Amino acid sequence: MGRYVARRLLQMLPVIIGTTFLVFALVTAMGGDPVQNLYGERPVPEGIRAALTAQYHLDDPLPIRYGYYLAGLVQGDFGTSLSGSRPISEMIADAWPETLRIAGIAFAFEMVIGVAAGVMAGMRRGKFLDNLVLLSTLTVIAIPIFVLGQVSQIFLGVKAGIFPVSGTNEGFYSYLLPGLVLGSVSLAYIARLARASVAENLRMDYVRTAKAKGLSPSRITGIHVLRNSLIPVVTYLGADLGSLMGGAIVTERIFNIPGVGYNLFKAIQIEDGPALVGFVTLLVVVYVVMALVVDLLYAVLDPRIRYA
Amino acid sequence: MTTMEKTANVPAPRSDEDYQGPLLEVRDLHVEFHTREGVAKAVNGVNYTVDAGETLAVLGESGSGKSVTAQAIMGILDMPPGRIPQGEILFRGQDMLTMPENERRKIRGRKVAMIFQDALSSLNPVLTVGYQLGEMFRAHLGMSKKDAKLKAIELMDRVRIPAAKERVNDYPHQFSGGMRQRIMIAMALALEPDLIIADEPTTALDVTVQAQVMDLLAELQREYNMGLILITHDLGVVADVADKIAVMYAGRIVETAPVHELYSRPSHPYTRGLLDSIPRLDQKGQELYAIKGLPPNLTRIPAGCAFNPRCPKAQDICATDIPLLHPVTERDGTDLPGRGSACHFWKETIHG
Repeated sequence: MGRYVARRLLQMLPVIIGTTFLVFALVTAMGGDPVQNLYGERPVPEGIRAALTAQYHLDDPLPIRYGYYLAGLVQGDFGTSLSGSRPISEMIADAWPETLRIAGIAFAFEMVIGVAAGVMAGMRRGKFLDNLVLLSTLTVIAIPIFVLGQVSQIFLGVKAGIFPVSGTNEGFYSYLLPGLVLGSVSLAYIARLARASVAENLRMDYVRTAKAKGLSPSRITGIHVLRNSLIPVVTYLGADLGSLMGGAIVTERIFNIPGVGYNLFKAIQIEDGPALVGFVTLLVVVYVVMALVVDLLYAVLDPRIRYA
Repeated sequence: MTTMEKTANVPAPRSDEDYQGPLLEVRDLHVEFHTREGVAKAVNGVNYTVDAGETLAVLGESGSGKSVTAQAIMGILDMPPGRIPQGEILFRGQDMLTMPENERRKIRGRKVAMIFQDALSSLNPVLTVGYQLGEMFRAHLGMSKKDAKLKAIELMDRVRIPAAKERVNDYPHQFSGGMRQRIMIAMALALEPDLIIADEPTTALDVTVQAQVMDLLAELQREYNMGLILITHDLGVVADVADKIAVMYAGRIVETAPVHELYSRPSHPYTRGLLDSIPRLDQKGQELYAIKGLPPNLTRIPAGCAFNPRCPKAQDICATDIPLLHPVTERDGTDLPGRGSACHFWKETIHG
């Protein structure tokens, strides 16, 4: 197990280097003049242009610039944002907790409600509750998240006044609606996955054995069926947590949550290469670590899987 | 711990009951499945009895209704699509079909237990065998987790799984096929039931292990004086352990007989066909007999005797009249106890 984890951690290195280089190269390939972007229509003073060009090694070829970036990254230096000249590590430190808050709400929401709805639907296949779950999850999956976000913002926020409309001024409460919106699509997928998994496991031979042992229905579902059914669900949940923690560009933008997604959006808009690369690097690291956690969890849930 | 002490721990010991009849009696049982293709009549009027200490072998091809009958006795049929329109299943004189579910659950596993064919898929893959064995004691006797585990080790010893103490926390996939089937047997045996139904317990095992598992089962049955219903399509397995045989075809019992009489003198053409299709050393080089055709589709069972389209002796009457299970007698009319044949021409088949 220890050796497996060590090997996986080592494997992460080339993945992180490869992805960051790719993002770095793509941002460079976008072309344009990042210094000019800072000044919009106004002319850039020559002295400042020269200073910025030197600071960001804008004249050097791509591999060398990437080398500079990587050297900084190893020392924990994500570089400095082009706009506002803030250290990107500082921007991440500000943005990530915001993202984690809505990610936490979204995750709790999809896990509790999604699994519960899916399990109940799977147990009562073809009945009213099952059809209700199937129909409502299909609806949620079919609606794009920006529509879902804006509609709920208008109706629940502006018109009904139940939730804060935008921003983060009201503490936990400000994150609630964005979190629910963010979690809703994954919730739909999780409910469907759990439903299918429960329904499949109910037909398994070991369930017949459990019945023949004279076990109570609650014991059969609660212990025998659930443990087996949740294996694919946990895998999905883990992967989803990885992407949730990487920020939600659309949702954070709609509700003005200054998280990772929001910063990514802004960086793309003003072609702030260093910030973009910095945030994407964070995203990659989070995702790769979560993938490892999921794989380890898989072995915990399913004894047939062993890592050596 | 000896058997005597163990028995004393189990509530309602067998001896102090006044009940004198057979342990299990199945009366005119019908089971049908409602599917999109129509109603599949899987069991069409089965009758049999099993006494304590007795082994009944139920023989038949796949789809003959032998497993469905067993599942109806256990009460583990999926209903719907399954339905029991008619019949009684009396356990110690009480009809289990009319019993409330929670009362029936107390019998299930505790008084009547079942051993399944494929132990790998029949055991839960994510729970340890110790947990699955101990669950019997925890669910039925309210034992603590710790005590249940000790009992599980004891059971594993009982079915001769080596190093039971070390292996109690292993998972089913870590055992060999034969050991897994022993675990199934141990699980069925846990609460010393009065009746065990073994549904093709050795089909998934290789031949050497088959014999070991059958011997173990027979030995434990003798020791606990249990009734045993052995469901199989393997005539070889039956001969050594069974007391009597019921041959099933298309949801009916077509022949019943004490075990050795069936082999020496079958009284139904289907049984004869089955016996003739066993490969024999003294007929090496000759073509092996096979019963023509296929078992009937259960949604469209042929009129009259269900076997008539495949029967070499079929006459006109076979396509119109359903033969009842006639008592079979000697040529001179002497009773042959326990023998019956659902063939219009049983006399010709046995004596002719």
